Amino acid sequence: MAETALTVPLRSPLSQVTDRLATATRTSGGAIRLAELPFLAQLNVRLDAKGAAAEAVGLALDLQLPLQPNTAVRAGELTALWLGPDEWLLVGPPGSERDLEDRIREAAGDEHVSVTDVSAQRTTLLVTGPRAHDLLAHGCPLDLHPRAFGSGRCAQTTLGRTQVVLVARDEPRAGFWVLVRSSFAGYLADWLLDAATEYV
Amino acid sequence: MLLIPCPWCGPRDEAEFHYGGQAHVPYPEDPASLSDEEWARYLFFRDNPKGPFAERWSHAAGCRRWFNAVRDTSTNEVLAVYRSGEERPATPEPRPVFSARPGVPPLGEFEDEAVQAEGGPGGAAPSGVEGAEPLQDGTGRGGGGAAPISGSAAGQPFRHATRGRIDRDTPLTFTFDGTEYRGFRGDTLASALLANGVIHTGTSIKLGRPRGIFSAGVEEPNAVIQIEEPFPEPMLPATTVELYDGLVATSLPGQGRLATSPDPARYDAVHAHCDLLIVGAGPAGLAAAAAAARSGARVILADDQPEPGGSLLGTAEHLDWVQDVTRQLDAAPEVRVLPRTTVFGYYDDNHLLAVERRTNHLGAAASENVSRERVWRIRARRVVLATGAHERSLAFADNDRPGVMLASSARTHVNRHGVLPGRHAVVFTTNDSAYAAALDLASAGLAITAIVDTRPEPGEWADRARAAGIEVLPGHAVTGTEGGDDRLTAVTVAPYGESAGQRQFAADLLLVSGGWNPVAHLFSQSGGKLRYDETLGSFVPDTCRQQVEVAGSASGVMDPATVLAQGAAAGARAVEAEGYTPETPRLPAVPAQPRPTPPMHVYVVPGDTDAPRFVDLQRDVTVDDLARATGAGLRSVEHTKRYTTAGTANDQGKTSGVLASGVVAELLGVDISALGTTTFRPPYTPVSFAALAGRDRGALSDPVRTTAIHEWHVAHGALFENVGQWKRPWYYPQDGEDMEAAVLRECRATRESVGFMDASTLGKIDVQGPDAGVFLDRLYTNMMSTLKVGMIRYGVMCRPDGMVFDDGTVIRVAQDRFLVTTTTGNAATVLDWMEEWLQTEWPELKVHCTSVTEQWATVALVGPKSREVLGSLAPRLAVANDDFPFMAWRETTVAGIAARVCRISFSGELAYEINVSPWQALALWEAVYEAGAPYGITPYGTETMHVLRAEKGYPIIGQDTDGTVTPQDLGMSWVVSKKKPDFIGKRSHARADTTRPDRKHLVGLLPEDPGTFLPEGTHLVADGVLPSPPVPMLGHVTSSYRSAALGRTFALALIKGGRDRIGERLYAPVGDQLVPVTVAGPVLYDPEGARRDG
Repeated sequence: MAETALTVPLRSPLSQVTDRLATATRTSGGAIRLAELPFLAQLNVRLDAKGAAAEAVGLALDLQLPLQPNTAVRAGELTALWLGPDEWLLVGPPGSERDLEDRIREAAGDEHVSVTDVSAQRTTLLVTGPRAHDLLAHGCPLDLHPRAFGSGRCAQTTLGRTQVVLVARDEPRAGFWVLVRSSFAGYLADWLLDAATEYV
Repeated sequence: MLLIPCPWCGPRDEAEFHYGGQAHVPYPEDPASLSDEEWARYLFFRDNPKGPFAERWSHAAGCRRWFNAVRDTSTNEVLAVYRSGEERPATPEPRPVFSARPGVPPLGEFEDEAVQAEGGPGGAAPSGVEGAEPLQDGTGRGGGGAAPISGSAAGQPFRHATRGRIDRDTPLTFTFDGTEYRGFRGDTLASALLANGVIHTGTSIKLGRPRGIFSAGVEEPNAVIQIEEPFPEPMLPATTVELYDGLVATSLPGQGRLATSPDPARYDAVHAHCDLLIVGAGPAGLAAAAAAARSGARVILADDQPEPGGSLLGTAEHLDWVQDVTRQLDAAPEVRVLPRTTVFGYYDDNHLLAVERRTNHLGAAASENVSRERVWRIRARRVVLATGAHERSLAFADNDRPGVMLASSARTHVNRHGVLPGRHAVVFTTNDSAYAAALDLASAGLAITAIVDTRPEPGEWADRARAAGIEVLPGHAVTGTEGGDDRLTAVTVAPYGESAGQRQFAADLLLVSGGWNPVAHLFSQSGGKLRYDETLGSFVPDTCRQQVEVAGSASGVMDPATVLAQGAAAGARAVEAEGYTPETPRLPAVPAQPRPTPPMHVYVVPGDTDAPRFVDLQRDVTVDDLARATGAGLRSVEHTKRYTTAGTANDQGKTSGVLASGVVAELLGVDISALGTTTFRPPYTPVSFAALAGRDRGALSDPVRTTAIHEWHVAHGALFENVGQWKRPWYYPQDGEDMEAAVLRECRATRESVGFMDASTLGKIDVQGPDAGVFLDRLYTNMMSTLKVGMIRYGVMCRPDGMVFDDGTVIRVAQDRFLVTTTTGNAATVLDWMEEWLQTEWPELKVHCTSVTEQWATVALVGPKSREVLGSLAPRLAVANDDFPFMAWRETTVAGIAARVCRISFSGELAYEINVSPWQALALWEAVYEAGAPYGITPYGTETMHVLRAEKGYPIIGQDTDGTVTPQDLGMSWVVSKKKPDFIGKRSHARADTTRPDRKHLVGLLPEDPGTFLPEGTHLVADGVLPSPPVPMLGHVTSSYRSAALGRTFALALIKGGRDRIGERLYAPVGDQLVPVTVAGPVLYDPEGARRDG
């Protein structure tokens, strides 16, 4: 798609909501910050965590796939999220999905590894600010206290009435990534903006 | 909400999981070798034991792994979880049952020595006696010496001059039953009415008897009112409504009235987690919080009042200690104090729900931004219930007049609200507690005419009352009352159990204390067991499996020092168990109390009377009503409750429940301990539906899923159809067209030239791995492994019972990679289905499935001119039929966008599906629209899609099928492989039931009048005259449309033996008519398929 991206501009699932997210961020006076991080490269990687491919892929990406459930590992521009005992979501900068897929397939060789480009399957919402926890607690049943969900944690769970992948970013102040299926993104943005009413 | 421990992710809410039925029921190795009976046993028979049961669960909203759990089906406790493929472990023991009151002396032991709290000086004189030292160790605003009634408090004749915690600088105006009154901030509606001399607040529901304010809290049975302004709200106890300026309320004879306009307020919810939840901020709860506050543990203290203190606010004792602890709690970073918050439900795994009233008390001044009420969903490691006790009433003649009030409630009105509920009171008691109330009220200036005590020897408290100049009548009871509508005027008293020796006292207030009921509602909801406590004459918490302790009077302990010490110990134990170090909090010194005298257990006051003796005031249930119930043979309080409705009103029998048990026990001649209480169920107090709905209403009531092209559809006037949670364009009306006209136009344009639709919502699953072909062969009825790369095959999936479950196309992307499409509403189900088989039955298969539904957007380009349109947009694509045949796919560039184009058709026309990144889908759609303009390209919606496919006899799974239809029933035997040794559903296709000749087949129907439209769901019968019922039904209409191409109406129907009836005339009862119809083959348009290649 690289060649066509120049001629046909990309539209993200929340492109229509950008202004409302920015307004909420502005009027909250720093309490919360909401923004879409569009077009991140996302690859669903399936392999045997105990097999040879796991190490090879880790070396090729310069990032060890996390084996501890519900944790994330970050190295450089790449983040690997644990989704299951043999499943990860690899998140990288926009446009890097082809290259990442090639590197993984090459590293895996003949091992049984599945790689699926899911960059457009979900979009990413950034939820940060001192009230980020409070905002998410309106709809997320998980314990998001830093003791329970500190940096390096991720989880697949529900927020409002939709499923999300929730990632605690490196520093507590950096807040969360909320990855949501693109078709639900409009609903979730509306939900977050409504839940933020008291903070803006 | 149960917590289910996922073997990978740990404990999560049960809502994240899907149930998968009994575990360890493997798919038979060779289904073909099984008899019908053996196969049916596998399909339909499962164990259903009481007790530990191994079952399968999927962490559907989490890691999507299937696992096994051993769950006790009688307690719902998950005893063990283990991974799929692992052996069932030995069943572990269930959680132990333990005492919820570790700090309480054993059964029935009466505490005849006042326990001294740590550091207490002891020996101080009790409060409430004129001229004596006040009880409290500080200077709370309440209490104090006798003070005259203030006649000048803004015309509030019953307002006390000094007492109360009201803010006298903030006067408020309110209206009740059309009369305007004044009150103060800090009043409840009830206390403000009392201050104005109004105690009569309505009439009873059945008998229309005048009723008055009976209590000072949530237990109120009588003073149930309707708020009219600022926003109508029905059935609120006036004792719980905080007064605000401009409040307009009316009395309610019975049912309330819901608002007719939408509630403009916001409501929301919060999930909270803590190490310790303390329910109740009275002495026990505050002591528990003080012990835990600085330990670092996460503590939530919830209390239904606007300020902490609980019963201490009502007695005006130890208020400076309350203030100290409150300050400590406010300063502790991990402690959250929730005032105005009622914990109303206690569920599995220490999940408790509470409702916080955030702006109700502000009236019209409430901010629009702040939710009016908030539901707290609290998951607590440990819980301390310090919920206090409710005073019990007594069943005596005419015990329902306005002016009859619980003794402690009168004291609360004085000390919290600065209101005297009357001028001259008689006190009627069976226990010591009313004496403290009487003495305190006397010191506040209320004339206590007499204390009537059923006990022959009331002991030291009576001595103290006499010393204060109050007449005590031991061994006496109230046998009747007199009064008008407004209020009580006199009380008749006689020696207990006798009719002779009556005396009458003039009084405008009768204060009653029949003993105390621990508020065990939440404990009981938690699964805790209650036991009868002989001392209290009531039921107290005993044992529980959950991590909960009960402290204070909720545990049955009434002595103040013990209450405090018990609370502190419970708080300390809880945080210690969670690994924190508690501290020993400072507790207030409790002065020595008079030596207690055991209470007497009285429920029905004996004596002949014609006057009603009310048990449940809110339901107007009397002793006689209960006698009728027992006379009718009812022997359980659960049955008498249902027979009489006692305890079923919106107060849920808080003052009457135990009383009713006592009355029924007496009537049956059994001990109340053997009878028990009725079940306590959530909510503890009524919770509004608006609060429970929170923000899940209106536009947010259910998620709306949209495609990348949604805005275009909106901008072009599409009406939408809900398919699952998707919003799909239904049709695009133009210039005032109705649906019929629009759909006929869209159909015609598509069949005659070219149309296009947004097909992005179809489910898409990427299936990868060397065994992908084998895997799909097992899932689909037809062969998929033989599909060539670059080609597409339609497939059908069945459940093991052989019934069609989903259909769609399968694209072979590479040797070891397929892309499967599912019906729009079924995408998640199909993926779960695949994972279930892979993880639980075929873990040896090297294949992975990943949802890519939103990774692709799909534009269906349909009609004889579609090739021209596509060709103009994809110059590098060879579009000729030979180059790009039916059921092939190509990767190319369409309108400059990388695309995968599939030549498939759901209409019988030449058609393509163009798949692109959703990030570029709108550009593609607009390019198609533009390129198609010369051909009059027409956007169409789901309705046109349905018509076009129905004309071709293509079924929609879920519309033309209902889980009882096989592929053969659909006339699709061609899609069922005869070569494959097995696939899911194959064995069932050979069952006697699925080979019956009279199974329902999918056929076409043509009404004889081509203009007659058959509603979907219409039944079909054989004869033109309806026989008498039961009428034999032959089947029903599953789809029905008007066809532009056929120039008539038509339908699809499932009809018994339908394929053998083609050409037959049947009848469809529509309203009063029997519409004649002709059975036809399902393919009504272009049956030879001539249009497919353009």
